[in-house]
Amino acid sequence: MIEIRNLSKSFGPHLVWKDVNLTITDGESLAVLGKSGSGKSVLMKHLNALLYPDTGDVRLDGENIFALSYARLRLARQQFGVLFQGAALFDSIDTFENVAFPLRYFTKMSQAEIRDRVEECLGMVNLKDAGHKATSELSGGMRKRVGLARAIVMQPRYLLYDEPTSGLDPVTSDEINDLILHLSKSLNITSIVISHDMHSVLRVADKAAFLDDQKLSWYGTVDEMRKADHPKLREFIKASEYRI
Amino acid sequence: MLLFLEIGRYCRLLYEALRSVTETHTYRENLFAEMVKTGIGSLGISMLAGSFTGAVLTLQTSYQLTSSFVDRSAIGAIVSQSMLVELSAMVTALVLSGRVGARIATELGTMRVSEQIDALESMGFNSVTFLVVPRVLAGILMFPIIYLAAAAAGVIGGNLAGMLTGVLTSAEFMEGARAYFFPWDVAFGMIKSFVFGFVITSISCYKGYFATGGAEGVGKATTNATVLSCIYILLADFILATILL
Repeated sequence: MIEIRNLSKSFGPHLVWKDVNLTITDGESLAVLGKSGSGKSVLMKHLNALLYPDTGDVRLDGENIFALSYARLRLARQQFGVLFQGAALFDSIDTFENVAFPLRYFTKMSQAEIRDRVEECLGMVNLKDAGHKATSELSGGMRKRVGLARAIVMQPRYLLYDEPTSGLDPVTSDEINDLILHLSKSLNITSIVISHDMHSVLRVADKAAFLDDQKLSWYGTVDEMRKADHPKLREFIKASEYRI
Repeated sequence: MLLFLEIGRYCRLLYEALRSVTETHTYRENLFAEMVKTGIGSLGISMLAGSFTGAVLTLQTSYQLTSSFVDRSAIGAIVSQSMLVELSAMVTALVLSGRVGARIATELGTMRVSEQIDALESMGFNSVTFLVVPRVLAGILMFPIIYLAAAAAGVIGGNLAGMLTGVLTSAEFMEGARAYFFPWDVAFGMIKSFVFGFVITSISCYKGYFATGGAEGVGKATTNATVLSCIYILLADFILATILL
């Protein structure tokens, strides 16, 4: 379980958000919504301490992640898989090696076991035959899928998705949404999806949190969100529907 | 204030790198790759720069030594000693601040702005161990070797230039070079290139690792890395000459 308690963050004089409180229980899929610049990705990077807050804490099974020593933090981070916005693939190695990367350093798996596991993960994202490709040869959607394969290869408890469908065409976006849904249900992974794509949110999330006006402005289930009378949230949903 | 912040962050990065230098399993592969890129990849340009510096120095020394009371072998002594003590290390460092420093700053800067460094950290890697340690180690290990190659190329270049232009014979050149050869000169040059290797790679790693702001930020980091490396090479050269000579 992840508990976010009284989290505040600013960059210099610019306040991103303050006093964010949120609990993410195991197995649930939470979508974090908000306009561009509302600090969604910043919030995500606090969950595995890639960024540190001004005040507040993030508790992972009751343990404050910001109070951990660097050695213990590195172990805690291995519980997370992260799909970055641009996939963040290592461009000096090919697709297969990108997915195999954490296995080579953090497990004692043999070469054959690594190959099997990488092929299994690439198969899950429908890219079984793309292992030999250089990352520069991959399309935007393929890059996201390889990023996803790399994120799940170590069997994490939590998956963080930063704008998983941004910049993708509707068909590829749907494929990615299906994958997220499949992974969270079949592997029972807790998912936190950062997005402003309402179509994606309605499809993959159980709960939603809306960041606006430098705070957590609304939180509830996706069903509650459809009926919420929060003016800005309604405006946000309506604007997204027009786009759809 | 900003200067103190920069110095603090630079020292912090070096401290992190030093603290994790024993985690060899994390950077072993990267170290060999970096040694090849920094060392083998820079040998050609360094030897070229060294040989032309030696050649020009021979011709200039000959031009300046107009007195018939000075033996022509003095040209060999001046050229070879200048190459060993100062020019090989300095010319190599200035050339490599562009070739090696710019590459390192661009690589790490691009990794930073495309979130590859965040990806490493989020997997549980210590990104400093993985990225900074092998690059700095490769610099301090390979620069002395590059210096030796450049110095040898400089002496050969000087000798050839003297011979081909008829300024002095090869035997005269080598006679002067041998007469004024002191092993300490080579040791001094190697110490300098060791320090220059550290200066270039550590500054470039620092600038790249903390790059911000997309392509423009990477460009700025690369420019700053190259300019700062050159400045600190000149400063380090002066300090080392003051202390060790």
